[in-house]
Amino acid sequence: MIRPDAPVLLEITGLHARVEEQQILNGVNLIVRSGEIHAVMGRNGSGKSTLSKVLAGHPAYTITEGSITYLGSDLLELAPEQRSRLGLFLGFQYPVEIPGVSNLEFLRVSTNARRAQRGEEELDTFAFEDLVRERLKVVQMDPAFLNRSVNEGFSGGEKKRNEILQMALLEPLVAILDETDSGLDIDALRIVADGVNQLAGPDNATLLITHYQRLLDLITPDYVHVMAAGRILRTGGKELALELERTGYEWVDQELANLGREPAEVL
Amino acid sequence: MSTATVGDLVSQPYKHGFVTDIETEKIAKGLSEDVVRLISSKKSEPEFLLAFRLRAYRQWLQMQSPDWAALGYPQIDYQNIIYYAAPKQQEKKASLDEVDPKLLETFEKLGIPLSEQKRLSNVAVDAVFDSVSIATTYREKLAEHGVIFCSISEAVKEYPALVEKYLGTVIPSNDNYFAALNSAVFSDGSFVFIPKGVTCPMELSTYFRINSADTGQFERTLIIAEDGASVSYLEGCTAPMFDTNQLHAAVVELVVLEDASIKYSTVQNWYAGDENGVGGIYNFVTKRGQCRGDRSHISWTQVETGSAITWKYPSCVLQGADSVGEFYSVALTNNYQQADTGTKMIHVGPRTRSTIVSKGISAGHSSNSYRGLVQIGPKAVGAKNYSQCDSMLIGDQAAANTYPYIRSQQPDSSVEHEASTCRISAEQLFYLQSRGIGFEEAVSMMVSGFCRDVFNQLPMEFAAEADKLLALKLEGSVG
Ligand SMILES: Nc1ncnc2c1ncn2[C@@H]1O[C@H](COP(=O)(O)OP(=O)(O)OP(=O)(O)O)[C@@H](O)[C@H]1O
Ligand SMILES: [Mg+2]
Repeated sequence: MIRPDAPVLLEITGLHARVEEQQILNGVNLIVRSGEIHAVMGRNGSGKSTLSKVLAGHPAYTITEGSITYLGSDLLELAPEQRSRLGLFLGFQYPVEIPGVSNLEFLRVSTNARRAQRGEEELDTFAFEDLVRERLKVVQMDPAFLNRSVNEGFSGGEKKRNEILQMALLEPLVAILDETDSGLDIDALRIVADGVNQLAGPDNATLLITHYQRLLDLITPDYVHVMAAGRILRTGGKELALELERTGYEWVDQELANLGREPAEVL
Repeated sequence: MSTATVGDLVSQPYKHGFVTDIETEKIAKGLSEDVVRLISSKKSEPEFLLAFRLRAYRQWLQMQSPDWAALGYPQIDYQNIIYYAAPKQQEKKASLDEVDPKLLETFEKLGIPLSEQKRLSNVAVDAVFDSVSIATTYREKLAEHGVIFCSISEAVKEYPALVEKYLGTVIPSNDNYFAALNSAVFSDGSFVFIPKGVTCPMELSTYFRINSADTGQFERTLIIAEDGASVSYLEGCTAPMFDTNQLHAAVVELVVLEDASIKYSTVQNWYAGDENGVGGIYNFVTKRGQCRGDRSHISWTQVETGSAITWKYPSCVLQGADSVGEFYSVALTNNYQQADTGTKMIHVGPRTRSTIVSKGISAGHSSNSYRGLVQIGPKAVGAKNYSQCDSMLIGDQAAANTYPYIRSQQPDSSVEHEASTCRISAEQLFYLQSRGIGFEEAVSMMVSGFCRDVFNQLPMEFAAEADKLLALKLEGSVG
């Protein structure tokens, strides 16, 4: 839902970032207001996951230029855990397995960290079980997953559902979902999309990183951005995604060439 | 903190690294027969003890430093060490109120309040500062139950017959190089005697503090549980940060008679050296218990987090029929620390049982080895051992090794060994952090899952502490 007067939650300006010696982001600009759903698309390797990890505070990435403002403060000043507590959420493209750490305990500690930030009381094991059982319904997940180690031995689709369960518990203000639709079967895709739609509201915003129109058929974006060579090359409405579906990314090379860069150089 | 890598998070400085500025009486550096005699005379020891020391010293002169452990360190110059250092206060004080407040303050700072008002209500503490015991709490209350808990120096004076009867009977003075050295020059340590049928009414604990820079610490602990007696004992250790290495060579002997049990827990946090491996304690310790009576029980639990070098194998000799030995260990090494630690379970009597659970965590450039022996003698019919050795690696520069030795002379016995290795990655930590969980808690969650089986064995008061200690020790090690 686009409301020009809605408060800005996230503002990215001229963001450049590299990992080790490799420059990956080359000037990303993006403004996200509350109530909005943004889709971010683009070829493999164009920098989508990098952008999402920079937002979440992954230590491997160095910001070389630009700024990110989140809820009016400098996001880059915040440690990853503080970002989460303040309502920034990243659903990972590849969630890691953490053997030995109980999923239930992990979810509880994580949820309580966010609650403490919001001035809410800590939930003990019993109160949390009630909450988590209610939120499990959002993703129609079997409670048995709570008693396993975090993501350990979960199938690809189960990991993605576990991500959405975390989102449902943390009630983020800005949720970045990095290819949450990849690896989901047809029913699971619908369940996850329904979950995201339930959680999206006028006071929060969602950034959907995806390759496929089929997700955008279920979650209607207000904006579609196309990333290439570490920047947002084009922004449009939901019809841009449909156009991409027809034309592919050929035009990207042309446009990059116009910007005076060889496609080979940026890959 | 901004986009800090986990590695950027400054290593938490060692919390116990301060030096207490107190006047100390020290003898000159170096070791000789005269020094051995001097230590003995300073403590006004009876003849048998001087003889014990001198015999040990002569044995030591004939022995070689062991070289079979997976440890690398420069030759130790035994003439460059002070063998006796004591804070200057005339006699051991009858009441704590007379103890130098600086010493009380030191222990308070270390989280061990000794004064009557503040001390832990269910734990009796013997506080050892450099070479001497400065205070033992709850002595009278324990005495009402017939329990003796005092420094070994006091025991030598007040209960010489008991000391003479048991000292060196579990670990003979020529057992190994470091045990011989300790037997010659040991300065203080704790003595515990639990008489027949008594369950010690409170947790006993000794807290060792090295303060002087060039002093070695050679403490000696002797615990005896008579028939049907039982006790739980915990030792803790810290030292200031010096950029030279200090030698610590302790001996602990446990004697357990019929139906008796001793549970011995250690939280070892000697100074480990800095992040470049400069300084730190060389910790060479011989710990052994004998289950002399039938159905006797020894349980060793250790959380080893400090020291530049750790060489330590708390062992059980299971003589009595149906006696039980246990060893639960968490050994953590970071930076350039090296640990070679494990246990020996010597099954002598029939139907003796032993359990070994070892968890090694190696971070930084450290090296962490488990070395264990399970020996089943010809008479140990129906003996059983179960061993589990797990290693956790943090980062990609650390090393973990497992050396399990099994010797069985009894076909009717069973020995089971399981081992595993896992790794904590920066991605896992980032995942937890990106869910609002701070670095320290994230590491602690992962590590405590790994160590749970061992921490469950610690006395309750200390289990939570152990969790935190490990997390602190690992700060800055992943990234
Ligand atoms: N740690 C790293 N070291 C070296 N190169 C990296 C690293 N992380 C990312 N890159 C490179 O940065 C570029 C962008 O990667 P990123 O994962 O952001 O792409 P993406 O748009 O998410 O692609 P996909 O659609 O395949 O998920 C790629 O060329 C990738 O190889
Ligand atoms: Mg990606």
